[in-house]
Amino acid sequence: MSAAFSKRVDAALADPILKIAVERTAGTAEAKRAAAIDAFAQFEDARTRAAAIKDHVVAHLGFYLEQFEAAATAAGAHVHYARTADEACAIVIDICKAAGARTVARSKSMMGEEIGLPHALAEAGIVRVETDLAEHIIQLADERPSHIVWPAMHKTSAQVSALFKQHHALPHSEETIPAMAESARRHLREGMLGADVGISGANFLIADSGAVCTVTNEGNAELSLVPPRVHIVTAGIEKLVPSMGHAVQMLRLLARSATGATLTQYTTFYTGPKRAADPDGPDAMHIVLIDNGRSAMRDDGLAEMLRCIRCGACMNHCVVFRQIGGHAYGGTYPGPMGAVLTPALDGLAASRDLPNACTLNGKCQEVCPVKIPLPTLLRGWREKSWREGLEPATMRQGIAAWAWVAQRPRLYRLAVRAAIFAMRRFGRGWITALPLAGGWTAHRDLPAPDAESFMRRYARGER
Amino acid sequence: MTPAAPPPRVALFVTCLVDLIRPRIGFAAIRALEAAGCTVVVPAGQTCCGQPALNSGARAEATAIAKRTIALLEGHDAIVVPSGSCAATIRVQYPELFEHDPAWLARAEAVAARTYEIMAYLDEVRGWRPDTALDATATYHDSCSGLRELGIKAQPRRLLNHVAGLSLIPLKGAETCCGFGGTFCVKYPAISNAIATEKAAAIDTSGADLLLAGDLGCLMNMAGKLHRDGSAVRAFHAIEVIAGMGGGPAIGEET
Repeated sequence: MSAAFSKRVDAALADPILKIAVERTAGTAEAKRAAAIDAFAQFEDARTRAAAIKDHVVAHLGFYLEQFEAAATAAGAHVHYARTADEACAIVIDICKAAGARTVARSKSMMGEEIGLPHALAEAGIVRVETDLAEHIIQLADERPSHIVWPAMHKTSAQVSALFKQHHALPHSEETIPAMAESARRHLREGMLGADVGISGANFLIADSGAVCTVTNEGNAELSLVPPRVHIVTAGIEKLVPSMGHAVQMLRLLARSATGATLTQYTTFYTGPKRAADPDGPDAMHIVLIDNGRSAMRDDGLAEMLRCIRCGACMNHCVVFRQIGGHAYGGTYPGPMGAVLTPALDGLAASRDLPNACTLNGKCQEVCPVKIPLPTLLRGWREKSWREGLEPATMRQGIAAWAWVAQRPRLYRLAVRAAIFAMRRFGRGWITALPLAGGWTAHRDLPAPDAESFMRRYARGER
Repeated sequence: MTPAAPPPRVALFVTCLVDLIRPRIGFAAIRALEAAGCTVVVPAGQTCCGQPALNSGARAEATAIAKRTIALLEGHDAIVVPSGSCAATIRVQYPELFEHDPAWLARAEAVAARTYEIMAYLDEVRGWRPDTALDATATYHDSCSGLRELGIKAQPRRLLNHVAGLSLIPLKGAETCCGFGGTFCVKYPAISNAIATEKAAAIDTSGADLLLAGDLGCLMNMAGKLHRDGSAVRAFHAIEVIAGMGGGPAIGEET
């Protein structure tokens, strides 16, 4: 285990508040999703169809990108392409500067986090207002999201209350959740209505109409994107779907998988900037289509990961995520999907712990609405890590020696006898401490082997 | 199963953990298979299915082990494994290892198609029911690989419900991973321990005397945690109870 990952894991496991907060939100999401799926008789068909839609788009990305660009341009939007995170940030900052922007309102977007947009805006001297309530909370706390649907799921209401007291101009006397929501609403409305530019991500990009779809439960996207003069969309190229009908099929799975709701409170399609007859809307709309490693993922055997619709069900159901929370993963995306994406985005050498720190129990694949074979993809990263010599030498030598012996049955039997002899010196019944097995016996007892192996007893004629 | 049919010749693949730690599970498997009308053979050259190498990313090592295991297990009517996890390795993972090697793929698929987790084999293929007894209250943990890769859920419960005197009570979070995960538990012991702690607490508060499951790895993890925490719950592989060996020493009891 790398020192950095180990440090983050230890900190997470030592934090009782984190455990309570994560368990509460993920546990609620798990229960609500189960009820929603039970009530959705066509769930399996919908999953199969959704996976097929995404696979089709990913296999024909060039076609759909051109179709989307043509339609969005016809609707009056400007379409930009960015190969990397830095290119994407540079494009966004240039647009902001050209618009003379001093403040931007941001509607929650994991793509913004992925490309490091908050940092780029700060460097450019542009004031950023995060308008999603949870993003607002973590902006005040100067943290990063710990979950892709609930960025502040690691915080308790008491912690949020303390942050609001410290940062909101209007002090709130009551620490009730409605009072806190009201305080945030007042604070955020100012930021949204005064912003020069609104920046959003996209849940779906509709190829045949050039529309951009966002879903929220707070309406903050609408308030952040309609009043400012300029609307900038940052979106991964895999967000494309052929048509509105396809987007609706995906939406039926997204909300149910994320929160257990049938649909989000707000689902909005933005097609181009304000037209002559429109009463409101931005004067200009820019859409930045970002690759940032996605084409390489498609070509490197990770095409199935590009199906992901960012619902968060895999992390809500992951035993590891439930123990260590999102920040321990160290990347933009946590949980099982993050463990597949982070090595692709940040490099395997820096993140080889993530695909390894998984029990391969398969629950994430079971709940994934687009049937991503997450355990298979995680095993693929482990193979690459092994091939490239990134796994620790002790592990490599241990597995290699064991594999060599496992192919030589007579030697193997001798090794088993030796292991039994050695282990039984440390205890009969339960072993409470065993050299070289400290990872096990630090936390639990180990059953000692019987005096003789099965194969030896069987060979002797015992039945 | 027609009475006139010759008894199937079943190869028992005991798994490395059963061989090393708890031979009783292997003998219970033989007893149950014979009671179900099978002729049991134990191929002498067997070692381990290669799962530790496979899950560590050591594909070349895993492939080499898979080849010799396939060669060893070919030619039997069925291959039966007292572990959902090891059975899934042979049934699901072996064919994937040879996707670009047609000759070996055919052999891997032929072996995979005849490989069964023991309780699934006894219940689904043989349609067998035990006539054993054990006066106890037990709870059952659904080990992940068997559950999700092989669909093992109802089969062990159907068999256990035929053990006279045994009452099965539900376990909260029975389908939630116990934190064993093969090499995961030694590579990331602190995370594994946090998961196992919750699992042990759920087992301990279930009200059961016995914890049953179909995988020795998961059982060692859960029983080891229960014992460290001072719980009185005793653990057995479900096939031991089904075969009438539930009255003997539980996992971790001195022999």
